[in-house]
Order: sequence, then structure tokens, then C-alpha cells
Amino acid sequence: MRRSRLLWPVLGMPAIAWMAVFFLIPLYVVLCVAFGKVDPVFRSAIPVWNPLEWSFTQLGIVVDRLVGPDNFYLPPVLRTIAYVLIAVAACLLIAFPVAWFTARHAGKHKALVLTLLVAPFWISYMMRMLAWVNLLQNDGWVNKVISLNGLLPTEQAWLSGRPTTVILGLIYGYVPYMILPLFAALDRISPSLLEAARDLGAGGFDVFRRVILPMSIPGVAAGMLLVCLPMMGDYFTNDLLSGSPGTSMIGNLINNSITTPGQSGQAAALLLIVLVVLSAPMIWYTRSTARSEVRS
Amino acid sequence: MSGPITVTDEANSLSHVHSAPDNAPRKSYTLATITVIYLLWSLVPVAIAVLFSFNSGRSRSVWQGFSLRWYIWDPEGSVLHNESLRSAVVHTLVLGVITTAIVVPLGVLFALALDRWRGRVPSGASFAVLLSFVVPEIALAIGLLFMITWLATPFELGTTAQVIGLITFQLSYPVVIVRARLLTIGTHYEEAARDLGASPLGAVRRVLLPMLYPAIFVSAILVFADVLDNFVLVRYLSANAASETTSMKIYNTARAAPTPALNAIATLILLASFAVVILGYLAYRKWGRGQGEEGTGLGSMAAM
Repeated sequence: MRRSRLLWPVLGMPAIAWMAVFFLIPLYVVLCVAFGKVDPVFRSAIPVWNPLEWSFTQLGIVVDRLVGPDNFYLPPVLRTIAYVLIAVAACLLIAFPVAWFTARHAGKHKALVLTLLVAPFWISYMMRMLAWVNLLQNDGWVNKVISLNGLLPTEQAWLSGRPTTVILGLIYGYVPYMILPLFAALDRISPSLLEAARDLGAGGFDVFRRVILPMSIPGVAAGMLLVCLPMMGDYFTNDLLSGSPGTSMIGNLINNSITTPGQSGQAAALLLIVLVVLSAPMIWYTRSTARSEVRS
Repeated sequence: MSGPITVTDEANSLSHVHSAPDNAPRKSYTLATITVIYLLWSLVPVAIAVLFSFNSGRSRSVWQGFSLRWYIWDPEGSVLHNESLRSAVVHTLVLGVITTAIVVPLGVLFALALDRWRGRVPSGASFAVLLSFVVPEIALAIGLLFMITWLATPFELGTTAQVIGLITFQLSYPVVIVRARLLTIGTHYEEAARDLGASPLGAVRRVLLPMLYPAIFVSAILVFADVLDNFVLVRYLSANAASETTSMKIYNTARAAPTPALNAIATLILLASFAVVILGYLAYRKWGRGQGEEGTGLGSMAAM
């Protein structure tokens, strides 16, 4: 029995050591940079390793750029909120009928439809964006179709800083993450429950509003979160489909700070703010996942 | 006696009354149309991108005939002859293989330990795994980048850093999938093996591990396909052109008038990903008969 008790720690040690060194330390370094000092000459970041000596200089710079007189961080933040809200709502509107059809009406085609719904997960995100860059370029197929192959002067420069293109790109990129959890939730609703509701006199809309909708809430919540979290840090969709500062989001602010020498401190502080804002939904999701694991 | 029967009869007739004009077929036609349009919208653009990788001209929107020019024949711009395109594809596949080869054994041992070992250390580690699942990728990428920049790490940016980042990010896949399987297996088989004289390690190796093969296999496929798709981590942890992956190549050149060769490298990675998934599906069907758990595991993992 003694040997058995020793076995598990020995098996687990490599991974625990790995997570400590390559997961916890990097997150700690982000904190040390975010709460670190600023070089008085070069304005670059100097990490402070001792938490007792942490200062709020970097956070102060970021907060100043958010709400101070020179608030050039504010438009991207507001834009992010607007884009993400629109995109998440659109994802929900697309995902609900598709998930419901797959769960209830697909019949003998269910396996095929599910395979096609999962397919985007196996196609690289960059390739899916590249596909749209091809279609949306000035001589691309979208312009050919809407101008009836050059007959109408309706050609548009889709890829030069249009919010519509960026939002559509976000929807296209992330809607698969909404459909699958929604499908899982809707698929679990027993058909006899819907029958019972109808037997008790509920009309089609009543069944939807009073039975289907409440029972789909866990799936809707999980889907919204899975779509929303990556959108908050996304900068590449924007860079590929717009590339203009006129549509930049929080992800772009962070990425631009990382790639500009001497701006690491602001990047860390921005990241920290995003993490703090997102921590509540992240913790909720972790706990509900852990709970459902225990239940099943 | 007659009371319940009347109620049932009434319920039956009511259900008939309601289900007859229920117009379920019409409703599902609308839903079917929406679903078909969605699937076309989601997959046709990618199919067009794949098609144009076979274009014989330089255009990515005017079809000039089928050719393998951008894969093989073009002396400068084809994947075969262009050093940077070829190296992007090779490097992506190399990262996929190395990461999978390290992260799967590491994660399986971790899952076994977390499942059987009780105490404060394993529950803390369990929490760290879940945390690594939800923490945005960009946070881990920036953290590792800072760590390499400011701490005297024995490795530098480039392939090693990319592999380390990918392993950390992917570790939760095998852990979550294998733990789910361990829950359904229970401890009986292992106890029986111990009663019959097996050592603790022998029981794990000869009884538990074979039962875990399907779960291990599924997690290997998920990890490999996900590494091919990775962009945020590999970009921040890259050093130079030698550590450029396909996704980085697309990001760097998609807007700079690329040739269909860019579509060609994307198509090659797509083929690699599909090949592994189809292979996995076939093997799983042959192997995992009667083990329904993995199916749902795969679905829920895909949703992550």
C-alpha cells in the first residue's frame, strides 16, 4: 500500500513541475511587469519581482489613456464592446435555428449535418480568414456578384477598414463555438416534454418560450462565453480583414503594445485589466464545467 | 375506474387535435433552409480557397485552369521550390508532432495522478489545469514571452519556446479526456489485478493503460490538429523566418498580394488535419466499440 501511495505523486510530478514553471511563473511575470517600474530615460518597462514593491505606474498610464484627457485607448475599448455585443447576438440568432434543426429535425441526416458543423474546427482559423480575404478583395467574387460581373458600379473596398467586414469576420470565425454547446443543450431536451407541453394546450410559440428557451439557457450561456472570450483578445481577424486603426479593438491595442519596443508595460497592464474584467465569467464557466463533470 | 381512462382519452384526442395542425413539416423546411444556407456560408469560401490553390494563373479570383503550378511546378513561387513556404509547412507539422509526442504521455500520467492521488497538491494542480483551459491564449503567450525576455531561461525564442508554450496550452486536453474515461472505468479492474498479485505500477501498465488507449488516441488527434491551427502562441514565441508557421505566413502575407501558393500551404495543412481526423475516426470505430463515453468527450472537446 505504501508503494501505491507513492506511485501517484511520482506519476504526477513531471506535469505539476511543468505547470508550475511554464504556466504559473509566466502569469506571475505578467503581474511583475504590469506592477513594475518605468525606466526614467527610455520609458521602457522594468519588472519588479518583489510584490511588496509593486507600483501602479503602468496601470496609471493605461488608465490615463482610457479616461484621461488624451484618451486614445477609449475608442478601441468602446468599439470592442459594440462589435462583440453585435457579433455575439448574431451568433446566437444563427446558431439557435441551426442547432435546433440538427437536434430535432435532421433525422437520418443528423450525423452528416453534425460532421459538417464540426468541420470548421478542423480548418485552421487563418485559412478561414484567408478564404474571405480572397473573396472580398477588390476583384474578388463578392464584388463580381454584387456588380453582376462589372455591369453595375457597385464595387466596394470591403477590406479597407469597414466595421461591417470586421463584425462579419468575427461572426464567421466564432459561430461554430456557439452552435455545438447549444446543440448539446437542445439535444438533451426530451421530445416527450414538448409533447406534454402541447398536450396541455401550449401553442408552438408557447412551447418555445416556456419549455425550449428555459431549458436551453445553460447551452446559450456556455456558447456566449466560448464565443465572447476569444473575441475579446482577437486582433488577427481585424488585421486581416481591415488593417485600419479605425476598426481596432482591445486585442489590437495589446498586440500593438507588444510589437512596439518599450511598450511591454502597457501591454501587461492592458492584459491584466482584460483578465480582471473577464475573470468572473471565466470562474463561472470553470465551476459549472467542474459541476457538470461531477454530475455525469 | 373510468376516471383515468377518460383523462387518457382526452389527452390522446387533445394531442391529436394539436399535432394535426401543428405544421411541423413546414416549420422544419424553414429550419432546414437556414441550416443549409449556414453550412454553405461556412464551408463554401474555404472550398473556393482550396480550388484557387490549383489555379494555373497568379490570381486568387480569376480561374485560369487547373494546374499544380503553385504546389510543384513554379520554379520560384511553388511550395516545393520556395524555401520560406516549404519551411512554414514543415515547421507547422514538426511542431504538431513534437508537441503531441510530449504532451500526451505527460498529460496521461498527470490524469492518472490527479484521479487517484488525494491531497492539497493534486487539487491545486487540478485547478491550475482548469485555469489553463480558460485563461486566454494571449495571456499565456505574453507571459512566456516576458519570461524569456526578462528571466535567464536556458532556452530562447524559437522552436523550443514554441513547443514549450504549446505543451502548456494543450496539456488540459489529454488530462480532461483521460480523466473522464478514468471516472467511467472506476477502480475495480485495478484492484482485481492487485489481488491477483500485480504491483501498483504493473496494474496501471497492464490493466488500466490498455483500457485508456482510445481516450489517449482521441486526445492525441485533438492536440495535433489544434497545434496545426495555433497562431497566437507560435507567433509571439517565434524568433525568425525559421520558426514561421503556416498560420503566421497567412497572417503576414494575406494582405500583401500573395500568389495562390499561400492557398496551397493552407490547403496542405488542411489536408494534414483532415487526414489525421479521418484516420482517428476510422481507428476509433474499430477500436472503441462499446465505449460510448469518448463520443461525447470528442463532441464536448470540439466545443472548446
